Amino acid sequence: MQQLSYFELVGFGPNGWGWALLMATGMTIAVATCGFLAGAVVGTFVAWGKIGGNAPVRWLADGYTTVLRGIPDLLVIYLFYFGGSAALGAIGSLFGAEGFIGVPAFVTGALAIGIVSGAYQAEVFRGAYQVVSRGELEAARSVGMHRWLMFRRIIAPQVLRYAIPGLGNTWQLVLKESALISVTGLVELLRQSQVAAGSTRRPFDFYITAAILYLLITWVSTYLFQRAETYSMRGMRRAS
Amino acid sequence: MSNGVASLSSQSTPAVSISNLRKSFGTLEVLKGISLKANEGDVISILGASGSGKSTMLRCINMLEVPDSGDVTIGGETIKLKHGRKGMMPADQRQVDRIRSRVAMVFQSFNLWSHMTILENVIEAPVHVQRRPKAECIAEAEELLAKVGIADKRHQYPSHLSGGQQQRAAIARALAMHPKVMLFDEPTSALDPELVGEVLRVMRSLAEEGRTMLVVTHEMGFARDVSNRVVFLHKGMVEEEGPPGEVFAAPKSERFQQFISSHR
Amino acid sequence: MDLAFMQEAFLRLIAGVPLTLNLAFTSIAFGAVLAMLLALMRMSSFKVFNWPAQAYVFVFRGTPLLVQIFLIYYGLGQFRPTLQEFGLWGFFREPYWCAVLALTMNTGAYGSEVIRGGLQAVPYNQVEAARACGMSGFLLFRRIIFPIAVRQALPAYGSEIILMVKATSLASVITMMEVTGLAAKMISQTFRAVEVFIVAGVIYLVLNFIITRIIMAIEWWLSPHLRRAPAVEPRLEAAHV
Repeated sequence: MQQLSYFELVGFGPNGWGWALLMATGMTIAVATCGFLAGAVVGTFVAWGKIGGNAPVRWLADGYTTVLRGIPDLLVIYLFYFGGSAALGAIGSLFGAEGFIGVPAFVTGALAIGIVSGAYQAEVFRGAYQVVSRGELEAARSVGMHRWLMFRRIIAPQVLRYAIPGLGNTWQLVLKESALISVTGLVELLRQSQVAAGSTRRPFDFYITAAILYLLITWVSTYLFQRAETYSMRGMRRAS
Repeated sequence: MSNGVASLSSQSTPAVSISNLRKSFGTLEVLKGISLKANEGDVISILGASGSGKSTMLRCINMLEVPDSGDVTIGGETIKLKHGRKGMMPADQRQVDRIRSRVAMVFQSFNLWSHMTILENVIEAPVHVQRRPKAECIAEAEELLAKVGIADKRHQYPSHLSGGQQQRAAIARALAMHPKVMLFDEPTSALDPELVGEVLRVMRSLAEEGRTMLVVTHEMGFARDVSNRVVFLHKGMVEEEGPPGEVFAAPKSERFQQFISSHR
Repeated sequence: MDLAFMQEAFLRLIAGVPLTLNLAFTSIAFGAVLAMLLALMRMSSFKVFNWPAQAYVFVFRGTPLLVQIFLIYYGLGQFRPTLQEFGLWGFFREPYWCAVLALTMNTGAYGSEVIRGGLQAVPYNQVEAARACGMSGFLLFRRIIFPIAVRQALPAYGSEIILMVKATSLASVITMMEVTGLAAKMISQTFRAVEVFIVAGVIYLVLNFIITRIIMAIEWWLSPHLRRAPAVEPRLEAAHV
């Protein structure tokens, strides 16, 4: 058999893996995005606990961020993958189901990423909240805003604006972390590259392609976050 | 409630009445039993050295600080307090929110919301706290901004304005609430000297409209010419009180005399 | 929770600690040299140095470490005959060395940014003062710039070390039986994910706690000028703190 050229290999021709890689890139973006959003929800609550909670809540929130930032992400993914299946299996056996029930790898992945990135996002949100001027919060109270309205109209928009650079960094982490989900068999970019490498015996070609595609996503998202930052800082230019 | 209000039942209800207000921060007693009454249309200048408790008193009126004891009554409605874990706290947050939307405050450092344009700052509370129709609020906000002289800045962000313009925007924001009472907490202290005049002019025109104003200030000219009553605080107590014509001409207290001579 | 099982898990996983620490510290040691080199290249005004360093950092920070590991361990296998010709196959055949290489190259990229931040934070007036004393070139760098930069960069480099300890877990994917590798194996044998996870998590947290303490101790030792002056000294002395 004649050796295929690199471009035939990763292209969209009859022997090419182009479509498969493209789909897998989409899956990487999808699982990273879902995980990132889940992390934003977790992070908001944890940051809230750190800022406004009473002593036990604060202690819990601090413990959460310390633990999740101190242990390897891979371990968390294993916990969700195997632990989730074990839990489902236990529930399933109550209803008479037998054997191993797998949690959908996408859900496992997104949840694991959400739990880990939630710890990082909590710190980002907390830092951003501390930049919001106390005087502006006082002004909000002085016009009779209640807590939820103040959160929605004054705190959240400003925290988000100050958090954009930090969120951009977290997104890059999440994107790279999503490659770890390949160990659970989810066919994202790295997993697809593994499959293709195994079937064609051209591992270098596929892993370098995966690396290039990751770089491309990084590059585009860096650009988008910069745009978002410029847009959100439109009121902040100093009149000099 | 306080005897003060009961004995005044024959007169019209005062716009603001505080009685026997006490407040400590840790071991430091900042307010040592202050009573004060403002009728509709009163413009009261509150003077005093820094640390005399004048800002704390003003902040107690709309519960930005919660007093340890004493009553605050706005338009006949006394704010209910209860004992909380960290000292006193409002018994009914809704009551506080309602009263706050009738008592507007202008801060020393403006405190405009930096993520909103000037117009958005002005309509924020009317639309979202008082739930008035947005179109109506915008029309009114534009009138108010014209009145304070910054109509052309309405689509700019606070950081693009000078301090004097920001403070005038903050006054417009306060006016948009249709307040019964306006509190000014050293409104000109953070401004460069050449910008003080434009803010004082706006405040003077508000006084002439007959608005009820409580103004913590260092501007002797304003106290003397615009207000109809001057209160001088010293170490958390009212040291001297009366119409400006009287107290400036013949101060009874030696400390007030010193204060006047050092603030020409 | 089954304490006997957790004890067994602990005994099995603790056996992976030496390899975890070995991977972490070997790659941090090599990585620090690489990071220094890259930082200097990055600060250079010559495009020939500056540009490659910038590209290197972009590539290694922009791609997942796992992809880098696969690329080195599996990917380079594609060029086995060439590597054998140069006598390098012995190196690239070993998962240990592939993991160390990937971790080193990775931490080199992150570390160079930390060092660059430290170098850029050196106050210019201190450099000027040194120039006024007649220092320049390597002497200036060695005596003034570098010591100040190291102190500025140390806290951030500390977080990088913790990240590296966590990153060694990826070596388990290419058969290295460090703590995470042993944990994964044990989970797949017993299906008791929660217990094993807790034990492994505690091991990592304790490791990181100890490392954080050591870094704090070094920071303290390196910064007598930021410490409170002894109480016996007159107050004037304490004023330049």
